[in-house]
Amino acid sequence: MSKILIRKGRVINPADGMDAQADLYIEDGIIKNMAPDLSDMESGDGVKVIDAKGRIVVPGLIDIHCHLRDPGYEYKEDIETGTRSAAKGGFTSVACMPNTNPVTDNVTVMSYIQNRAKEIGAVHVFPIGAITKGLKGEEMAPIGELKFAGAIAVSDDGRPVENGNMMKNAMLYANTFDMPVISHCEDIPLVDGGVMNEGVMATKLGLKGISSASEDAMVAREIVLSAATDTPVHIAHVSTKGSVELIRDAKARGVKVTCETCPHYFSLTEQACDGFNTLAKMNPPLRTEKDRLAIIEGLADGTIDAIATDHAPHYKDEKDVEFDLAPNGIIGFETALALSLSYLYHEKKLDMMKLIECMTVKPAKILKLNKGELKIGAMADITIFDPDMEWTVYEEEIVSKSKNTPYLGKTLKGMVTETIVAGELKVSEGKLIV
Amino acid sequence: MIIKPKRDLLGLKNLSAEEIREILHSAETMKYVLSQPVKKAPHLLGKSIVELFFSESIRTKLSFELAAKYMSGTISTVTVPTQSMRERIVDIAAAIDCMGTDVIIVRANRSGVADLIARHVKANVINGGDGANEQPMQALVDLFTIYQKCGKISGLKVAIVGDVRHSGVARSNIWGLKLLGAEVCVGGPATLIPPGLDELGVSVFNTPQEAMLDADVVMSVSLGKEYAGIMYPDSREYARFFAIDERRMQYAKPDAIVMHALPVRRGVELMSRVMSLKNSVLDEQVTNGVAVKMAVLYLYGRKKGLQGNEIKDISDNEKGGILK
Repeated sequence: MSKILIRKGRVINPADGMDAQADLYIEDGIIKNMAPDLSDMESGDGVKVIDAKGRIVVPGLIDIHCHLRDPGYEYKEDIETGTRSAAKGGFTSVACMPNTNPVTDNVTVMSYIQNRAKEIGAVHVFPIGAITKGLKGEEMAPIGELKFAGAIAVSDDGRPVENGNMMKNAMLYANTFDMPVISHCEDIPLVDGGVMNEGVMATKLGLKGISSASEDAMVAREIVLSAATDTPVHIAHVSTKGSVELIRDAKARGVKVTCETCPHYFSLTEQACDGFNTLAKMNPPLRTEKDRLAIIEGLADGTIDAIATDHAPHYKDEKDVEFDLAPNGIIGFETALALSLSYLYHEKKLDMMKLIECMTVKPAKILKLNKGELKIGAMADITIFDPDMEWTVYEEEIVSKSKNTPYLGKTLKGMVTETIVAGELKVSEGKLIV
Repeated sequence: MIIKPKRDLLGLKNLSAEEIREILHSAETMKYVLSQPVKKAPHLLGKSIVELFFSESIRTKLSFELAAKYMSGTISTVTVPTQSMRERIVDIAAAIDCMGTDVIIVRANRSGVADLIARHVKANVINGGDGANEQPMQALVDLFTIYQKCGKISGLKVAIVGDVRHSGVARSNIWGLKLLGAEVCVGGPATLIPPGLDELGVSVFNTPQEAMLDADVVMSVSLGKEYAGIMYPDSREYARFFAIDERRMQYAKPDAIVMHALPVRRGVELMSRVMSLKNSVLDEQVTNGVAVKMAVLYLYGRKKGLQGNEIKDISDNEKGGILK
């Protein structure tokens, strides 16, 4: 196994609040040593030295919500290309959603994903199982079996669990197995066929709008169910002011609710849909400036726990259709950290420690993963980045199989230079080397 | 190298007041041509125009066909029923684009179809109506009609009554009227008025009478049957509270004109009695429809050079280069 020495980097470790210059020595996939100065190890036999001067060294980033599309939709993305894209973005662990084809609601598909990821994955993959069979919302999926086959959590993401009773039972049952339940909050009748946020832009474009009430109403339901059953619930991709306010209030009352948001919700608004831009179509939709600011405030005061990508690849031809018919979602691995740095850190809304916490410690805690921390003896999952380096998003340089991102041509500030997964260097000097 | 700048007419929200005035001005000339015993002009000789219709239409389809033929253009119509469509819209449009087409007129039920096609073809694209987004032709006709009847648009008060939420005609009219300086009010049930209009400078009311107060122009907009029972109870209740009848007409100015894009649901949106009053200009709207389309085809049917002169196609020059 390789030996790596990271020198002179600014180490930020949210688990213990460390923010200081330090060196790390990695061998056999483990962090063997961590100290202010390990220069004497440079001369060691076969040691790869990474000069991290001027850059920041953090625990490997953890994405609690993404779509790898494998099995079933490999033309959009597969476990190999998806994990490579994740590594490029600085992620060392990703949790992928079960809306595959067939749905990840049984041990067979779960095993396939586990094995494939072990075989060809560039980063750690933690598959999420379904709450209901086929994501249909009618019959509970074998949550216990899924856990023992490797599921890290359950969710029907892509869809809400429409029936409140089913959700309540699922929360109670999953809790017995200590399985986190992740809820995609959407009240389908309230959505009423809408395709973007209900507001001025939808009116301008003559498109059917989705009221924020659709998300808020379901968030409220999950909070009530969590309190009633005394079980935890995690709200996926929060996008509205209303959701943030409900969750803030619930947390203050001691309800066991956690939540995540995505970079697009704190960097874009419904304006991005102008000109019928299907690259800005997603679910939940991009909202108004008021919502965007509320999301940032939610991150700043800890109401929102984690930043996830909701990486949702779609083949080019699929997005090149009428706005109504275009599939929802954008890719996100490769721009997540840069967007977070550009819109939160550089805009002085969140300090570096808090920002990194949202992408390491907090997602790890929600998924009950023994990760997200830099310490001697821990698995060497490490990300190194330059917070000030500017780069432009070019389609040709995107590693993901799909290129559906509204940030094409945009210049962002902050770039991943190295990604180390279980002690193996996957990204070096900003380039994938696997 | 000669540049071929594309000139699309996708909607009034993308036009300037200048461009609208140019079309209206040209329409006046075209209306004159229409009134002649021999309706023939050479403006579109040799130009290929294709109507690509994904939804049904009688008036728009026919008036474009007549407009093109009156000006000696070559026009073909392709009607694609979307239910049985096996190809993507952009693929169909790309094929038409390869057949020497100069102008593609697009009509669809979904918003944004003309914009989508325009991104993929070299031909100029004219939006013949794309669902709730825009119906630029109708709005241009309406603006032209108002201008001819009232002598101006700036400073006029226009009331748009009905299901504004689902109407491309209403939207295009709002953009055009605001651009040319009119005061716009909408009146209809709260469920049928889309949000944010006040931010766009339109006054919103939930009764026709309030919107029609001292109006110079009363525009009635179609009510879709699909929303009965969901967004409003039924046509009977709708007619009672929201139809434009003689009683409600009293709120408008005595010489106010009444307009409707047609087809109209008599007794629901507009009462027949009002339609036969001298204020009604519905028939004139149809005549003006052809004149305005002639103007639009004339202005958007050719590639424009810097001075607005017709320019040669690149292909001619390239061919010459190869033969050399």
